[in-house]
Amino acid sequence: MSNAAQPRTGALPLVVLEGISRVYGSGDAAVTALAGIDLTVASGEFVALMGPSGSGKSTCMNVIGCLDTPTAGRYTLAGLEVTALDADARALLRRYVIGFVFQGFHLLPRLTALENVELPLLYQGVKAAERRARAQAALAQVGLSGREGHRPSELSGGQQQRVAIARAIVTRPQLLLADEPTGNLDSARSHEIMQLLAALNATLGVTIVMVTHEPEMAEYAGRIVHFRDGRIEREERGGLCG
Amino acid sequence: MWMIAWREAVRALSRNPLRSFLTVLGVVIGVAAVIALVTLGRGATAAVQQQIAAMGSNVLFISPSRGFGPGSATVPFSVEDARFLEREAATIAIAAPAAATNRTVIAGNQSTTTQIVGIGEGYLAARQWPVIEGREPTPGELRSGAAVCLFGQTVATALFGDRSPIGERVRLDKLTCTVIGVLAAKGQSAFGSDQDDVVMVPLRLYHRRIAGNTQVRFIIAAVAPGYTSREAIAEVQQLLRERRRVAPNESDNFRITDSREIERTFTATTRMLTALLSAVAAISLVVGGIGIMNIMLVSVTERTREIGIRLAIGARAVDVMTQFLVEAVVLSLAGGAIGIVLALGASYLAAQALGFPFLVDLGVIALAVLFSAAVGVVFGFLPARRAARLDPIVALRQE
Repeated sequence: MSNAAQPRTGALPLVVLEGISRVYGSGDAAVTALAGIDLTVASGEFVALMGPSGSGKSTCMNVIGCLDTPTAGRYTLAGLEVTALDADARALLRRYVIGFVFQGFHLLPRLTALENVELPLLYQGVKAAERRARAQAALAQVGLSGREGHRPSELSGGQQQRVAIARAIVTRPQLLLADEPTGNLDSARSHEIMQLLAALNATLGVTIVMVTHEPEMAEYAGRIVHFRDGRIEREERGGLCG
Repeated sequence: MWMIAWREAVRALSRNPLRSFLTVLGVVIGVAAVIALVTLGRGATAAVQQQIAAMGSNVLFISPSRGFGPGSATVPFSVEDARFLEREAATIAIAAPAAATNRTVIAGNQSTTTQIVGIGEGYLAARQWPVIEGREPTPGELRSGAAVCLFGQTVATALFGDRSPIGERVRLDKLTCTVIGVLAAKGQSAFGSDQDDVVMVPLRLYHRRIAGNTQVRFIIAAVAPGYTSREAIAEVQQLLRERRRVAPNESDNFRITDSREIERTFTATTRMLTALLSAVAAISLVVGGIGIMNIMLVSVTERTREIGIRLAIGARAVDVMTQFLVEAVVLSLAGGAIGIVLALGASYLAAQALGFPFLVDLGVIALAVLFSAAVGVVFGFLPARRAARLDPIVALRQE
């Protein structure tokens, strides 16, 4: 590993960050979360972002997810220059290109599992019958067939995260972003979720970028990027792939 | 997207039905007030128009006082004044003198207090008021002041029940007279008095035996065919000013009212009442709108995380805005619908009780629906914009 963050040979770059900085506030109160990051993620990769809290990994994830706008630098997603797009266009990228999985699951409590999974398709304007069929298929993919009618409060933590993963993949996104997906789960449940993500990466070819602080979980990724003080400190190959 | 937004809004609101209901109460009251008022107002106007038609159209009421309030001494009319008008005014077909007072009528052991009207020749014809039983007084009886009388329906029923009063002798004060006819029912006057609560006697008899003077309290004039009441009023006014020697710089010492003017007065009153109460209703709608805004702001705060999730999975700001605007509109429309139902129910019952016709004004209902939707849009805008402007990262972090 010479220079940080080179893509795997032969694969097209999906995420390209060039000199990305993110500074919160201004003047004396300014806090630098990202200080000039270069990172390229190829299509089909599974990358883990690691580092202590405040190292910039979550900010980096938010920038990749088009939720946060960098102060400086250039971000290209699937060939589109995100830093040149307005808020609505970035929302459309989240709608069609990106799927999110969060640490706190972030399901809507009053909707059933099926309705939660249907939600992104609703914004895509998919018709009711197709929406339902695709949501059912996504729930089956995460091993939750038969739980369609349950509300989040009637499901265990692991099951809720599976619903969230189903919601993230139901739109068949090119990029799946997972922010501490196992942070609220016990060890056994965590490994199940990681195996599921690894399987989705392998079978669907969906690119995954995951933030975690647990080295055990990062081992599922093909590449591990270590952050420190808003910079990429070093990079290593994931244990399961290396 | 729109259909879904509607369905989601209904679902979000039905999660907390009591809160939703209390939120829209202001709109309910505002809409209910407007609709009930307009519905009852239309019924009342229709009822008055019926009564004015019953009073006789194209009839002038001429009284010797200037107005209703206290003023200079009244110069009374005489029987001659009526004859003069009938003779001189081309626009007047009949001018009948009359006077009235209240007296007790006694028949056997029954008695009732009623209005006694002394009528001159042509009175019944001018008012287009037929006798349905018995006969009218003959011109001879009217001229001589014969002791005969006509009963209105109310008096006939009060004193004789189902029996015919024709030929019966009744007492008016110290005077005894014979009932020769019963008048057709007229119903209420525009001012709410019972026109059938009346006994008519020849004016001459009235002057001699009841009033003790020869004053004419009012003249009923029927406008001649081919003339409008406006033309008739102008001519009568000019003739009476000359006859009563009113100087050019003085105002009339008499008053001419036509049946249409009564209708106009009433319509103006109704309109003013409706306008006043509509203003109150508008205030209620604004207060209701503020209530909706308040609850929508609370709702946006409560659902910050939901908004964050929606933004993360691809909702644009405009999608979030639409969602909350639709919710506010659904709230206020539901309030409007409840208000309309309440108002129609209440005004139906009120119309029944007051004897008005129940007339629904579809235009006003459409307007109420439009207005309540507008209240939702206007007062939902601020909360919806606040929701749409949330930063997804901050919103997701919210517990």
